[in-house]
Amino acid sequence: MTTVEHNRSLFGNLAGALAQLRAPGEGSSLLVAILLGVTLLMSAANLLLPAESPLYVSTYTITLMGKYLCFAMLAMAVDIVWGYCGILSLGHGAFFALGGYGMGMYLMRQIGDRGVYGNPDLPDFMVFLNWQELPWYWQGMDQFWFALLMALLVPGLLAFVFGWLAFRSRVTGVYLSIMTQALTYALMLAFFRNEMGFGGNNGLTDFKDMLGFDLQADGTRVALLMATALLLALTFVASRAIVQSRLGRVVVAIRDAEPRARFLGYRTEGYKVWLFVYSALVAAVAGMLYVPQVGIINPGEFSPLNSIEVVVWVAVGGRGTLYGAIVGALLVNYAKTRFTAVMPDGWLFALGTLFVVVTVLLPKGLAGLLQRGRTTDAETRGENNTGEVSAGDAPAEPITGEARA
Amino acid sequence: MNVKKFVAGMALAAGTSVLSAAVMAADTIKVGVLHSLSGTMAISETTLKDTVLMMVDEQNRKGGLLGKKLEAVVVDPASDWPLFAEKTRELLTKEKVDVIFGCWTSVSRKSVLPVIEELNGLMFYPVQYEGEESSKNVFYTGASPNQQAIPAVDYLMNDLEVERWVLAGTDYVYPRTTNKILEAYLEAKGVDKKDIMVNYTPFGHSDWQSIVADIKKFGGAGKKTAVVSTINGDANVPFYKELANQGVSAEDIPVVAFSVGEEELSGIDTRPLVGHLAAWNYFQGVDSEANERFIQEWKKFTGDEKRVTNDPMEATYIGFNMWAKAVEKAETTDVDAVEQAMIGIEFPNLSGGVAKMNKNHHLSKPVFIGEIQDDGQFEVVWETDGLVAGDAWSDFLPGSKDLIADWTAPIKCGNYNTKAKACGGQGQ
Amino acid sequence: MKHLLLTGCLLLALVTTLPAASAGSVVSEQAAPSATPASEEPGGNRQVLLARLTRASLRESAEVLDQLERSGGRAMRGLFAAMLAGDLYYHRETGRLMAVQKNPAGERIGSDIFTGEGLGVQSRGSIKKVRVNNRLRSHLRDAIARIDLMHGTEAQKEGAVLAILDDLSPQNMRLLQVTADAGQSDRVSELIELARAMVELRDSSVTDARLSAIAVMSGRLEAPVRNQLQRLLDDERESDRKIRIAAQQSLEEIEGRIAFYDFMEQLFFGLSLGSVLLLAAIGLAITFGVMGVINMAHGEMIMLGAYTTYVVQQLMPGAIEYSLVVAVPAAFLVSGSVGVLIERGVIRHLQGRPLETLLATFGISLILQQAVRTIFSPLNMPVVTPGWMSGVFAINPVFSVTFNRLYILLFALAVFALLLVTLKKTSLGLNVRAVSQNRDMAKAMGVRTEMVDAMTFGLGSGIAGVAGVALSQLTNVGPNLGQSYIIDSFMVVVFGGVGNLLGTLVGGFSLGVTNKFLEPATGAVLANIIVLVCLILFIQKRPKGLFPQRGRAAE
Repeated sequence: MTTVEHNRSLFGNLAGALAQLRAPGEGSSLLVAILLGVTLLMSAANLLLPAESPLYVSTYTITLMGKYLCFAMLAMAVDIVWGYCGILSLGHGAFFALGGYGMGMYLMRQIGDRGVYGNPDLPDFMVFLNWQELPWYWQGMDQFWFALLMALLVPGLLAFVFGWLAFRSRVTGVYLSIMTQALTYALMLAFFRNEMGFGGNNGLTDFKDMLGFDLQADGTRVALLMATALLLALTFVASRAIVQSRLGRVVVAIRDAEPRARFLGYRTEGYKVWLFVYSALVAAVAGMLYVPQVGIINPGEFSPLNSIEVVVWVAVGGRGTLYGAIVGALLVNYAKTRFTAVMPDGWLFALGTLFVVVTVLLPKGLAGLLQRGRTTDAETRGENNTGEVSAGDAPAEPITGEARA
Repeated sequence: MNVKKFVAGMALAAGTSVLSAAVMAADTIKVGVLHSLSGTMAISETTLKDTVLMMVDEQNRKGGLLGKKLEAVVVDPASDWPLFAEKTRELLTKEKVDVIFGCWTSVSRKSVLPVIEELNGLMFYPVQYEGEESSKNVFYTGASPNQQAIPAVDYLMNDLEVERWVLAGTDYVYPRTTNKILEAYLEAKGVDKKDIMVNYTPFGHSDWQSIVADIKKFGGAGKKTAVVSTINGDANVPFYKELANQGVSAEDIPVVAFSVGEEELSGIDTRPLVGHLAAWNYFQGVDSEANERFIQEWKKFTGDEKRVTNDPMEATYIGFNMWAKAVEKAETTDVDAVEQAMIGIEFPNLSGGVAKMNKNHHLSKPVFIGEIQDDGQFEVVWETDGLVAGDAWSDFLPGSKDLIADWTAPIKCGNYNTKAKACGGQGQ
Repeated sequence: MKHLLLTGCLLLALVTTLPAASAGSVVSEQAAPSATPASEEPGGNRQVLLARLTRASLRESAEVLDQLERSGGRAMRGLFAAMLAGDLYYHRETGRLMAVQKNPAGERIGSDIFTGEGLGVQSRGSIKKVRVNNRLRSHLRDAIARIDLMHGTEAQKEGAVLAILDDLSPQNMRLLQVTADAGQSDRVSELIELARAMVELRDSSVTDARLSAIAVMSGRLEAPVRNQLQRLLDDERESDRKIRIAAQQSLEEIEGRIAFYDFMEQLFFGLSLGSVLLLAAIGLAITFGVMGVINMAHGEMIMLGAYTTYVVQQLMPGAIEYSLVVAVPAAFLVSGSVGVLIERGVIRHLQGRPLETLLATFGISLILQQAVRTIFSPLNMPVVTPGWMSGVFAINPVFSVTFNRLYILLFALAVFALLLVTLKKTSLGLNVRAVSQNRDMAKAMGVRTEMVDAMTFGLGSGIAGVAGVALSQLTNVGPNLGQSYIIDSFMVVVFGGVGNLLGTLVGGFSLGVTNKFLEPATGAVLANIIVLVCLILFIQKRPKGLFPQRGRAAE
């Protein structure tokens, strides 16, 4: 297949995916409906009801929900590459954090002269470390559209370069996972450095407003939550469409047997790179929404352990289903919030046990539990036994019932 | 079916919060405790959680405050900085606490700051920090750089006749700011730039071979050399181990640390470290009646004869007692009233003097220099003559030398520019 | 449990004072033969001075010590040494000075400063320590050096002359003169010669004499020599061109030699860092490299090994010197059996799903960390460095090697060699290799694959535990110990090539050396980042690492 043909087929697939967008599957529309419905209800309960009302939803719950939804979006991004293409990324936190930093830089510039030193150009942390002028990479970040563009462009480009290098040289399996980990680890170390001009360990914080709206106002928070829910729904539908399109099927084929797909004439690395970039962009969007809602972004978000945790959410929810990733992220994070308040001294035991039990007993996560009713057990079992001890391969898995429907 | 599960999860999330929000505040005064009990900072912060619990206990035994009992609300922000902001919001809106004692790292405080200002809460921050901050809603009971770093350097310069300086720190905001201040201070004292070596290392740095070798070489130039260490937390143990192994003794190159206290030393074999220094506002070894009593109570409370006390604990102790006094003075726990009542409050500190809360929400405290002993304790070798007032804004940084904080009328502002006579940093 | 630990802590605290104690007693033995003053009439003046020492403020003490040195000279060495070590106490009531050391049972045993005569057990309240600070300690050290110059052993004399190079006062030069007159070994005389040359260069005005002084000084690596030459060149009043040129040449020669030793030093640092990486990664090379299990709990196996060291030291407080020898097999057993448990309990069920082992072992690592936090407290635990592991092996004044790093380097190589032999020469090794290469075939040949899996995982975990023993000598023993090594370990294994032990060896050392050679130029953080980026690029070039696995197992 020539490059031109290859491109055409790629675009053809993309067009197919777009076509799918208009007719989303039954299951996904239900999920979207619930997502939007619950958010809407919560928002209304927060804004319209008086604080004394038993049905009142506190701003605390709103921001918490917003955070969960951002994590859900990140988990979905991981599921797209891991569940459908077998690329286990242990570094998706990097794209998430880069998106977050983009947004953070914009919010930082919006503070203007309201910082503690009243310097109209420089953020506070630069003033007290004696920076004289704004570094070049901070220029233009006071424009929302530009910041938005950068917050997508930088992680997208990073994903492209990394993916292009790695997939072209056929770095696969564990090697790839460890490399993604090295990537986010290197970025974490870099962002910790104060010389980088991103506020070092403290990161970016003390945001005031966004597009002229006060970030601390209830209305803004509700709007951000709604935006997050909407974008989660949108990316979910888009991702669903992609994985159900012809492109999606090729991707699954690559996951199950990459050499075979290659022998059939598919430029596997091309598919992988684009899927990886798309996934990184979704993660970046999640990061952009995350920052104004939690009010801080710092290098801790790059920590490899965070990225591993995301993978665990996906595993708990069930990979290769998209909705499983969302459910997993919501559930684990909710558990974390509860556990840290209820049993502050022992919550890691509970979390650790949860991970072990889910992986051993529910190889397909919670989504697998649901599917057991639909697909025959034999199919699942049969596939699992074929695996050999080879560090490189993603586990073979049948196309999920959902995807076939 | 998947849908049901999903709805259930969502409903659960929404439901619990609705329920807990509906619980009415009982007739107690609630004290929020916001210290990490897991993650990397648990090692330091757990102690402070216990200290607050002990103080609450004690106050209740004295009959509580304003005729009400105190109730501690403990949460675990898990060394996760965004989680600090989230838990603060939880404490203030769900639990409706009257005061929060919490945070250790600068980043956690910075994360909490917008929330506590938005919801007009009250927080006591008990750890030495880089300064450059004064919020209406926060009282800083730990040391600012002029209460720790500058006296320590003065001691080294005057008493040990140090001429060459190594400023070694972990790469984050506290060491960066402190070292900036020290550099400016040393240069003002006539120290040549060539005689100052600045070195930054990442968090948890464990391989100190090259850096210690460099320090040795730097110190071999024939002038008395000292290391001013702002190395944080876990990185200290391998650093001191390497110092000991490469045979750098305190007589040759003394190391004065601002983040190493009794608790950190309890994890090290201190025999090879005898003579290295630390600067704090309190040492367990300080000889005073109040201190003796406090140590006894602490050992009783923890049920552990080996438990040590340290400076942030004393800062918590002072902060808690000052708050109690201010509440009694204001006869309410209302944040604005307590905030105004706090200013000027005095309370005996554990080292025998009296600490005073200043207009800038920082304390006046004595400064001690201690030498490490072989039992992991410090022996005080030097102390300031009187109290040192904490500076919110350093006089040695160009950006902040004109700034002051004053929360009394008529200024009522955390960053008042004395030149421009206006609030808001550099003035408009 | 807590109680047991407490007692343990107490014992440990006592034990830590042991080596110091033994050092102290050596000193008093040496002092004893010379302690004639005790039999002579102990001058009343000295008694007054000694009494003053117990009451003096830190500032006054220095003067008292000077007077004591003048009055007693050699006899005072024991007193000074005890005071320097912080062992000098006085009786609260009688005011009698004594050296006090703790015995293994924790009792305070007093002994006379001058005669070494035992004074029996002292209760804690009855004695008080004579205060000492840095300034006094350096004062004491100088005084001891002066005494040693006259009466010490060869090594002591050498050290004393070296100390004097820093302070070439007329008084000290007279002291050197007296020493030289008494006739000394070659090395000491040579050093005294050097000191004279330095004084000559400093004070003389005769060009020839100064030139020959520079000739004596050239090539010497002692820091004072370098500093003096540098000062001379910086001094604008020094107008004698000949002297300037000679000094310049001499300094350049010295610096040339130093540059070479700096290189050697960096190489050693790199190898040492490499050995730490190797130790940390070598267990992973088995569990991950050979078995294909992405073992995120590997770091916690290291942590368990380090905690085992701590517990062993608690259990044998009287024999810290041997504790590491016991700790190595103990740590192997502890971590190894935990490894076998994990394999039997969890990994076994994840056969053929390598990426999922990552998730399960991640959960296990959280549990183990929290378990350690619950059992031992979140604080770091103090692990003592035995005497034979501390100190430096000084090759010359600018290049020295610390013993602990040296031993750990050797230890890492030994562990590696042992593991290699186990895999190549034993039947277990044969089985392990067979199973990792072709599980079904091995099974068909009658290999008990399940058993072999458990053993392999146990072996890898056990070696991680052994690494923990070594790391406990370098870093924190706390709940976060494992996390700080896990990422590096994976990097090393992947860089070297999964499934290839030799790759791990080469990988560990090359990463360590690269890091250390970058560090002076870039700083520690940037060096780390550069190494990571290079690693990422390297893997693009060689997707299967340095030594890719060949044959069937590769695909």
